[in-house]
Amino acid sequence: MTMLELANINTYYGSAHILHDVSLEIGSGEVVALLGRNGAGKSTTMKSIIGLVRPASGSVRFSGREIGGMPPYEICRNGIGYVPEERRIFSDLTVFENLEVGRRPARSDAPSWTVERLCELFPNLAERRANRGGQLSGGEQQMLTIARTLMGNPKMILLDEPSEGIAPVIVEQMARTIQELKREGLTVLLSEQNLHFAKLVSDRAFIIESGTMRYSGTMAELSDQPDIREKYLAM
Amino acid sequence: MGFIVAQLLTGMANASALFLVASGLSIIFGVTRVVNFAHGSFYMLGAFVAYSAMQVLPGFIGFWASILLAGLAVGLIGLIVEVCVLKPIYKSPELYQLVATFGVILVIQDLALLVWGPEDLIGKRAPGFEGVVMILGERVPAYDLVLIAFAVIVLCALWYLFNRTRAGVLVRAATQDREMVSALGVNQSILFTAVFFLGSFLAGIGGAAQLPKGGADLLMDFNILAAVFVVVVIGGMGSIIGAFVAAMLISILQVFGVHLLPQSTLVLMFVVMAVVLVFRPWGLFGREEQAGEHGGAGPPQEPLRELSGRGRLVVAAVIGALALVPVFGGQFGTVLFADVIIFCLFAASLHYILGIGGLVSFGHAAFYGGGAYTAALLVQYAGTPMELALLLAPLGAGFAAMIIGWFCVRLSGVYFAMLTLAFAQVLWSIVFQWTDLTGGDDGILGVWPSQWASDPVVYYYLVLVLGTGGVLLLRAMAHTPFGYALRGARDSALRSEAIGMNVQFIQWMSFVFAGAMAGLAGGLFVFAKGSVFPTELEIAKSFDALIMVFLGGVQSLSGPIAGASVFTLLQDLLSRFEYWRLCLGLLIIAIVILFPGGIAGAGNWMRSRFSRAEVSS
Repeated sequence: MTMLELANINTYYGSAHILHDVSLEIGSGEVVALLGRNGAGKSTTMKSIIGLVRPASGSVRFSGREIGGMPPYEICRNGIGYVPEERRIFSDLTVFENLEVGRRPARSDAPSWTVERLCELFPNLAERRANRGGQLSGGEQQMLTIARTLMGNPKMILLDEPSEGIAPVIVEQMARTIQELKREGLTVLLSEQNLHFAKLVSDRAFIIESGTMRYSGTMAELSDQPDIREKYLAM
Repeated sequence: MGFIVAQLLTGMANASALFLVASGLSIIFGVTRVVNFAHGSFYMLGAFVAYSAMQVLPGFIGFWASILLAGLAVGLIGLIVEVCVLKPIYKSPELYQLVATFGVILVIQDLALLVWGPEDLIGKRAPGFEGVVMILGERVPAYDLVLIAFAVIVLCALWYLFNRTRAGVLVRAATQDREMVSALGVNQSILFTAVFFLGSFLAGIGGAAQLPKGGADLLMDFNILAAVFVVVVIGGMGSIIGAFVAAMLISILQVFGVHLLPQSTLVLMFVVMAVVLVFRPWGLFGREEQAGEHGGAGPPQEPLRELSGRGRLVVAAVIGALALVPVFGGQFGTVLFADVIIFCLFAASLHYILGIGGLVSFGHAAFYGGGAYTAALLVQYAGTPMELALLLAPLGAGFAAMIIGWFCVRLSGVYFAMLTLAFAQVLWSIVFQWTDLTGGDDGILGVWPSQWASDPVVYYYLVLVLGTGGVLLLRAMAHTPFGYALRGARDSALRSEAIGMNVQFIQWMSFVFAGAMAGLAGGLFVFAKGSVFPTELEIAKSFDALIMVFLGGVQSLSGPIAGASVFTLLQDLLSRFEYWRLCLGLLIIAIVILFPGGIAGAGNWMRSRFSRAEVSS
């Protein structure tokens, strides 16, 4: 069953045309990677889905419902959680207050999370509950921002470059976390530059370049096509 | 010892209302990014509503119920303002919201006059606290102690709200990153309205609680506004505890200042503010402001273009028409249009630093009035002829801008705005309180033009030549490399620095240039009127200029000219009605909501519609 479907969306920043007829489709319970180099349009795609930028044309359907044009808070309430690339922790708020901001009522069609469950998933957060967000390390902030989004009990989460700027040990931990979320039944769209990381966790991949979708296939298929990897992903 | 303690308590009691109003302003700014100029008006309304309520509700309970009632009523008014005036324009540049709240001030001023009349109202004494308490042998009014306790209780209640309730946590989160809060499922629109209600409620109870001490009058709104800004800036935008500490600091200093140096009282708090900002540019408890932190900085402005051939013809035609005013306009028209030209120059000079430089100055009247006073003082004390005085007026204003600008360009955004306002108030206070030199409130009279220019028509032509010359010079500067550098610094200070420009120096020099041009306008004004009063340096004067620029439209060079002309003529027209403030206020709000690009923006919009129609036909 399709969970999220983008059909030919076009997104602009002012007069700059960023996304050109971008389409993608994610099934319920899938983990899908959106791959591409810096500036390819990954974050803009994410922001277009959550409504932080509004696509000028095209449709965004979630669970069979058109959500394009809704304000971010309504999209969130429909069941999409957004984890921004810059993390955007509330640095003056404590760890638990950060979680409180994300809290939303449980829903029957999504795994439901409590502060206790999240502390099991991210043991560091429990230890640092009274610390301010700004005092956490990069890896801890990344965990907090995911936990904060999970507090909204989403059906699907958008993870914008979860492996960026954190230590290699934490990256592995992050991969295990995503696998755990998949087991819980969560649908995940993650954007990545790191192909290795994407391979660890994703079933399928899309490749975006210059705001245009270039490739779509399973992770296994992508592994067999070094030319594609070379063309769109090599640094 | 007893004396010092008694003074301390008086200061703390005075701080009470200041803290309530400032914390409200701070909370509203933190979440909505709106600097609510009308906050002083909410404070005033609180006092008036409580006055009326106390007439009806008797006794101890009635007194405190009236204060609560005033808070709720003002909260409701704030809510209405947010929903009807601000909601439609949240997407416009932040500064339009300022202008809209200024419109609200005017509307409330006249509505209060309509309902409560022009007389100052004296508040009832608080039942049960009419007497004095002896502390260390000094008599301290019992109600002073009540006010101090009241402020502390409100501080604790706010602390509880913001740290122990979900709503408070959401507000604090939104103060940091409201876009992220909305991506986490919080409806911003409701949050904004709630915060506006709370902030207005605080201003309302602030005005109500001080009623037994200060009464209620129609000047309360502007009188407290400057002090509130000072408190919020010293404490740090968005910080409640900061507002509390700063309100105490300022009020206590003020009380002791009266005893040590009576002449210094008005200047004192602004000096404290300037000192704090130089060392802690974002206030004692504030956080450094990061550009674009609170959502996008908006789309980049369209580049300015040099005038086309047709544009030049229009300018020539306008100047030609102005030259004919004395022929067809009679004496009345001549005097009125001299004012229009002077205000065009004043507004254009503000636009140079605000529109082209991107630095929003709330205190531009400092240089306009500075120029006026430079000329007037020279004539008064040195017998300087008009020609020389007109030359020295911009130099005097430029010199003031050099000193003030040196401090101000270190800051940006709302802190820059507040600091310019503070310095303008310092200058105003000096002029107002240094009666021996400036005549204080009585002003300086008898500053007339030289013999050859004494005829109003001749003087009109002098204004026309110097005024349009000044405006054209400002225009030309925008198209020099110096002007390009200023615009570059506005669009990206970081990138400008990276290619080797000294951004602060460029902004400083532009500030001086704009100040000098405002000084020229002030100099022309003083000889046109023959006198000058401290009102030329007032906050209201700076606001006039801001309104002219915003009404006209920030993003074009013709904007301030259009805005100044419309504003001056409108004011002349409307001031014949009894309730002209009400009309002007409503008009300003309507224009801001209907034409977010200002008058010039609306012109451009119509032109593009028109030319598109031409193409299609």
